[in-house]
Amino acid sequence: MNAILSPADVDAIWLTLKLALTVTVLLLLLGTPLAWWLAHSRARWRGAVNALVALPLILPPTVLGFYLLVAMGPNGPLGRLTSEIGLGALPFTFAGLVIGSLIYSLPFVVQPIRDAFIAIGPRPLEVAATLGARPIDAFFSVVFPLARPGFLTATVLGFAHTVGEFGVVLMIGGNIPNETRVVAIQIYDHVEALEYTQAHWLAGGLLAFSFIVLLALHTLNDRQARR
Amino acid sequence: MPKTLRSLCAALLLLIAPFATGGEITVAVASNFIKPIEALAPAFSEATGHRVRLSTGSTGKFYAQIQRGAPFDVFLSADEARPARLEDEGFAVQGSRFIYAIGRLVLWQAETNRDIRPDVLRIADGGRVAVANPVTAPYGTAAAAAIENLGLSATLASRLVQGENIGQTFQFVATGNAAFGFVAWSQVSQNGALIRGSGWLVPADLHPPIRQAATLLSRSKDKPAARDFMVFLKSETARQIIRQHGYDTE
Repeated sequence: MNAILSPADVDAIWLTLKLALTVTVLLLLLGTPLAWWLAHSRARWRGAVNALVALPLILPPTVLGFYLLVAMGPNGPLGRLTSEIGLGALPFTFAGLVIGSLIYSLPFVVQPIRDAFIAIGPRPLEVAATLGARPIDAFFSVVFPLARPGFLTATVLGFAHTVGEFGVVLMIGGNIPNETRVVAIQIYDHVEALEYTQAHWLAGGLLAFSFIVLLALHTLNDRQARR
Repeated sequence: MPKTLRSLCAALLLLIAPFATGGEITVAVASNFIKPIEALAPAFSEATGHRVRLSTGSTGKFYAQIQRGAPFDVFLSADEARPARLEDEGFAVQGSRFIYAIGRLVLWQAETNRDIRPDVLRIADGGRVAVANPVTAPYGTAAAAAIENLGLSATLASRLVQGENIGQTFQFVATGNAAFGFVAWSQVSQNGALIRGSGWLVPADLHPPIRQAATLLSRSKDKPAARDFMVFLKSETARQIIRQHGYDTE
């Protein structure tokens, strides 16, 4: 019998984890200010930004992937920009997947954080300000602890959703080992090649992973709520 | 009121009359054959009165779906191996399989009026080259063999990108994301002439032939419309349409 996971399978798993980690960290850094703005802004186009953020939830990944392929290609607006600054075209590269995943997983990170900020309301910040805390200090010592369940949900969902990404990668990835061939693509290839045993191992692994991640999230959030 | 009802019934009858004579079949078609099948289906309906529903996708997916009872009557594969396996496994009628089309491969780029030959791939900084997945897509297998036989494997190793199927491979080149691609001659030609971009028809002896087999699925072995379709596909009318779309026939 063959080994359960081939070296190519292991490569795909590592690449997927690397992608999900990169994307989650970037999304937390970029998504937190955005979520803050969405929670507190009175701007008229806030509704439009909210809608834009939610768009990847309902767009088929193939639509997103196709637009990204066209936009990031050498003749697209994004592709021209990246060529200009010496990065070259992004499709078929790890950087391209990161950008695609940032957009694809954006609502999963921004929305829980935004909702947590809204739930906290302006009151705790006002109190902190009265007590002499500067805004940055108030954010990390007051808002962040209160919004922790939101951040936890955002982190877990952003990571898990990127791990499960398929359509966008299929459209812009080009199936290159160690660069763009993530687990979901590897499973697809196994199925296409009639290698159902290998497909089962990877797919089953992904299923178990997803379940454990969500179970852990709910357990943690429950414990937090009871505190 | 009864009068209105009667005329309504008459109108309905008129609507369905053109279709009432024939049966309906669902054909699973490999994605490289989309264009010819869209020309073949109306010709078949006109000749026999049967209607055709088309489902296009990749051969590997169809194979897995047919094994699990997908509601198709006829399977037009992109290769010969999977119809053969379906027959051996009892999902397709033993011996019904035949080669309906032989695909041709073309080295292609999206810009028109370029003099294109394999040497363009030797230029070191010549950009990415798209091929269909060599393991799962027959056109990818053929492209890999052609690259090998042209002595380009080492040159291209780091520049290849894989499309999931030949349609996506074409898309990679058409959107400018790959400079060149090995695509199906049927995608870029009409009546034997190139109709978009620039291309070099890969000589057929540089790769194993892309023999595409059709097979009648077991669940439809007694379905007249399905049998008629298999017969039609072998007819000279059908073969002519298939050749017009850039395939050879046996």
